[in-house]
Amino acid sequence: MTPLLSVQDITKTYGARIGCTGVSFDLYPSEVMGIVGESGSGKTTLLNCLAGYLEPDTGQVIFDTRTDGPMDTVTMSEPERRMLGRTDWAFVHQHASDGLRMSVSAGGNIGERLMALGNRHYGSIRGDAMNWLGRVEIDTDRIDDRPTAFSGGMQQRLQIARNLVTGPRLVFMDEPTGGLDVSVQARLLDLLRGLVREMGLSAIIVTHDLAVVRLLADRLMVMKDGHVVEAGLTDQVLDDPQHAYTQLLVSSVLQV
Amino acid sequence: MNEYNFAYLDEQTKRMIRRAILKALAVPGYQVPFASREMPMPYGWGTGGVQVSAATLTPDDTLKVIDQGADDTTNAVSIRKFFENTAGVATTEETAKATVIQTRHRIPEAKLTEDQILVYQVPIPEPLRFLEPRETETRKMHSLEEYGLMHVKLYEDISQHGAISTAYAYPVKVSGRYVMDPSPIPKFDNPKLEMDAIQLFGAGREQRIYALPPHTKVVSLDFEDYPFEPTKADHACDLCGAEDSYLDEVIMDDAGNRMFVCSDTDYCRTRRARGSQGRLSKEDEI
Repeated sequence: MTPLLSVQDITKTYGARIGCTGVSFDLYPSEVMGIVGESGSGKTTLLNCLAGYLEPDTGQVIFDTRTDGPMDTVTMSEPERRMLGRTDWAFVHQHASDGLRMSVSAGGNIGERLMALGNRHYGSIRGDAMNWLGRVEIDTDRIDDRPTAFSGGMQQRLQIARNLVTGPRLVFMDEPTGGLDVSVQARLLDLLRGLVREMGLSAIIVTHDLAVVRLLADRLMVMKDGHVVEAGLTDQVLDDPQHAYTQLLVSSVLQV
Repeated sequence: MNEYNFAYLDEQTKRMIRRAILKALAVPGYQVPFASREMPMPYGWGTGGVQVSAATLTPDDTLKVIDQGADDTTNAVSIRKFFENTAGVATTEETAKATVIQTRHRIPEAKLTEDQILVYQVPIPEPLRFLEPRETETRKMHSLEEYGLMHVKLYEDISQHGAISTAYAYPVKVSGRYVMDPSPIPKFDNPKLEMDAIQLFGAGREQRIYALPPHTKVVSLDFEDYPFEPTKADHACDLCGAEDSYLDEVIMDDAGNRMFVCSDTDYCRTRRARGSQGRLSKEDEI
């Protein structure tokens, strides 16, 4: 089986400082990978390198494209990479305001990717937007409201709808539950889990919340100071941590 | 008046602007940066159009300047005087006699010919500006032909107003490639953008020049189920009776009386000279 995403030896430094170094892994279709670690451990740098927002210093990010098979997204041309960015890839930002157009209605936000791909039929765009609002549990009569009128949890769900409307195969998520209260987090996680299973999505989730990866991720990578210190099946890593840092991380979780 | 170089700008500057114009004509709809000069008028009064006109004029040209279609408004009068003083070119109010027409926010009703140049004053040349504030990003979107965002604006119009409510500066796609802001002309004028004359667009403050060569294909953006419609007030001109021209609405008194007149004053005058009459032409001879 060809991996959907094959990452080989990604290194990104900021001058003398290390962003992340020597990261390699394979992600297979329908697999969810979690990346955990403390702030400053290089999680977001790695994610941005994978999603094409940052150019890594060395390494390859090979994505199995629909038309041409495996291609290195680091060296592919920018139009191709941006095309991937609005078709096969999706990026869910921590802050919904980074991923949404706050001055455009919910329907317009969901429809943007469809219009970018050449859909020029208002009725069908609106139909898709309605459908997706329903799927992320937002009342369809809010379709003409702006995201500024939405709660934090609704904004985050809208961002997910906006990203998934084109049926991507790989979703990058940067702290998708950051800044939400626990009950809203639970609902969002439930929704995400449902969508990932239903659509057969592959996902890479960066978070510092171990509960999120426990629920969503099949596999886990633990990062510290730009290095991957431990990787494996989620339950295995969390229940039987081998590396000292992972042990610290697992034992730091507050038990209620 | 000999104290000024012909048409105010020095020759080197005019050469620079002409190079930008030639490039703009070679790549229709592409916004060519140019080193816009300070002109003796405030930004927003047509500094871009004036520089393009200055670079385009020759001593044999006849200049016409219109502002919202009219020859007799402040902007039109002062720019016309400016070129009378600095270039000494002949000026006219008749569309057919002019070789260079500088315009603000209208295309003349009379059909323009291959011998004419239409120069637009442009406030904001970037059609994507109010959707995407970053210049670096809009340039990238143009170069990669990522124009989905433009339709998001039209989508928002329909979802809020039930129809595409953008009535002026209606975005167009030029020659199947660049999306262009046709300057704030009413969308009534959009179909006229495919014409025989050369069209040059100058934005002084934003330092951009773009152009439409004659007979360039210009398509107004729309949706399949909400097609583009040029609109005008549903009346005939009250002075000349024209039913095919773009109309201004004039409030007559505080009792709700109003009249509609052609915004193109030359078109209206020509029709009246030929004897055409409108609803109010007898009582209200101008």
